Amino acid sequence: MKTLILAEHNGKELSPAVQQAVTAAQFWQAPIDLLVAGGNDAILQTAASIQGVTRVIHANAAHLAHPLAEDIANLVVSLAEDYQVILASHSSYSRNVLPRVSALLDVAMISNALTIQADNTYTRSCYAGNVHYVVQSIDKTQVLTIHGSNFAAASLGANTEIINIDAPAAFTKTRWVSETHNLSHRPALSSAKIVISGGRSLGSAEKFEEVLSPLAAKLGAALGATRAAVDAGYAPNDIQVGQTGVVVAPELYFAIGVSGAVQHTYGMKDSKIIVAINQDPDAPIFQVADYGLVADLFDVVPKLTEEVNSRN
Amino acid sequence: MKILVAVKRVVDYNIKVRVKPDGSDVDIAGVKMGVNPFDENAIEEALRLKEQGKATEVIAVSFGSTANHDVLRHALAMGADRAILVESAEKLQSLGVAKLLKAVVLREQANLIILGKQSIDDDAGQMGQILAALLDYPQATFASTIKLDGNEAIVTREVDGGTETIALDLPAVITADLRLNEPRFVKLPNLMMARKKPIESINASELGLDIQPRLTLLKVNEPPVRKPGIKVNSVEELVSKLRAHEGIQL
Ligand SMILES: Cc1cc2nc3c(=O)[nH]c(=O)nc-3n(C[C@H](O)[C@H](O)[C@H](O)COP(=O)(O)OP(=O)(O)OC[C@H]3O[C@@H](n4cnc5c(N)ncnc54)[C@H](O)[C@@H]3O)c2cc1C
Ligand SMILES: Nc1ncnc2c1ncn2[C@@H]1O[C@H](COP(=O)(O)O)[C@@H](O)[C@H]1O
Repeated sequence: MKTLILAEHNGKELSPAVQQAVTAAQFWQAPIDLLVAGGNDAILQTAASIQGVTRVIHANAAHLAHPLAEDIANLVVSLAEDYQVILASHSSYSRNVLPRVSALLDVAMISNALTIQADNTYTRSCYAGNVHYVVQSIDKTQVLTIHGSNFAAASLGANTEIINIDAPAAFTKTRWVSETHNLSHRPALSSAKIVISGGRSLGSAEKFEEVLSPLAAKLGAALGATRAAVDAGYAPNDIQVGQTGVVVAPELYFAIGVSGAVQHTYGMKDSKIIVAINQDPDAPIFQVADYGLVADLFDVVPKLTEEVNSRN
Repeated sequence: MKILVAVKRVVDYNIKVRVKPDGSDVDIAGVKMGVNPFDENAIEEALRLKEQGKATEVIAVSFGSTANHDVLRHALAMGADRAILVESAEKLQSLGVAKLLKAVVLREQANLIILGKQSIDDDAGQMGQILAALLDYPQATFASTIKLDGNEAIVTREVDGGTETIALDLPAVITADLRLNEPRFVKLPNLMMARKKPIESINASELGLDIQPRLTLLKVNEPPVRKPGIKVNSVEELVSKLRAHEGIQL
């Protein structure tokens, strides 16, 4: 039996998390197929270059230009018979599609597996990361998303065969209307080496930008935010870090004016080094921080920006 | 048009749950419980659609034991018209709940089903998608706005990197993100009134569905805690300490 990876892309590039999914898939020591739905040549070339992949399967059809969960799920299910394992890296894309796949196959899906163990056993995090569950599946097909940052990225350099297949007919009861992208010149949040997150205490969208941007620019960092900052309109929703936002695990994470609610720390506590700046010495964020600075962020962030060297 | 809302009873989001000493499960005896936060957004949105004249009835449904009466009463107190409890002696898992929910949707002939995007205990984020698949209905997950226009729902979804807007033919399944709305507060008189409303009960076993668990819980662990850190006194000290770390260039 084989393993199928649903390869995410944004129409322009393959998601770097696909490389982590390949490493995760290697656990089963079975041939690994990568399914690319829609996409362009560059995406296929990157997919074909990932080491450890047996075949790249390319499904193309006009209705895959803007992937809808219903169409992608039907495509995956049309191939499912040959596979014992179907997986993807955890993201808003795979979370939309794979539960649908699992239901059509009548199997339970494992969301965001932290580890993969023998005999279809997985560790998952529950209760905003306060608890880890070890669960074993009795289903014959394993459908799961993996916690990307727990798996090393498979390297590139291969030249794998690409096979073209037809996609099932469009679902049509759902139609794509439009999309917006929060354009940013900064690195992508989920793969950035340094992340600088700000909280409600920044006070306004202008201050959020004015205080945090120069530091982010100097360090080549991505910006993140708490839910409180996003809800207040200081930062776009797609940079919310936490239980209900993005989970990050960079080399270095700055929590600036962030209280450290569990829903937030869920999204960043696996960072290698955590720095917290908060004026309240008892703020819970200091319990997860390697280095804590009790200070007014409006005083110390500009100083910090001055102190560090530009990494560009 | 009927809207069905799925309401889950979960540990209050402010509470840090503990693992039982034998590692068999979490210890939630005596812990404060409440409506899954995302489900409050789902109820709120259904009520607003009704207030706009787009829906005629809002039905709240929950799956589990009679302990779930409290979350259903909360939904009634917010303004739901009716509440249904599907009772099951066995612990339910996502696929089982979705099958039961499908049966309720078909029985009620609901045109729109709104769920939370994820439950804050299991953090699964699957139910809406599973339900939509079982019903062969269109789905819109992580909704931040919903507009109903005749037989169509226009939904804006929060996705990585931005938003996506899609149009769905009804009947359809939508899952609510926190930014969909601000749930209303429940006033005490409404809560008192909700206590008097009947809650319909359905026995899961009477529906004749395969709701056997597919996942066996082998063990529950506390995640590894981070080593305690240190406080630094100045920006200079912070930067020099960080520079001392291998691989960090500042
Ligand atoms: C179901 C659910 C899901 C959630 N999901 C998420 C999620 O994914 N991500 C998330 O982040 N939150 C999430 N939350 C919200 C979370 O519980 C907290 O409310 C939120 O993280 C708090 O954001 P904050 O730290 O910016 O604000 P606050 O809690 O208000 O903290 C502000 C902090 O700034 C400090 N401060 C103020 N002024 C200064 C200054 N001048 N200098 C330095 N420090 C200063 C204060 O001491 C305080 O600690 C969720 C909540 C629920 C109920
Ligand atoms: N036992 C349950 N009773 C009622 N609704 C549920 C139950 N389990 C899940 N749901 C619904 O499904 C949504 C997503 O849950 P999940 O897929 O478990 O993260 C929740 O926000 C609820 O709306």
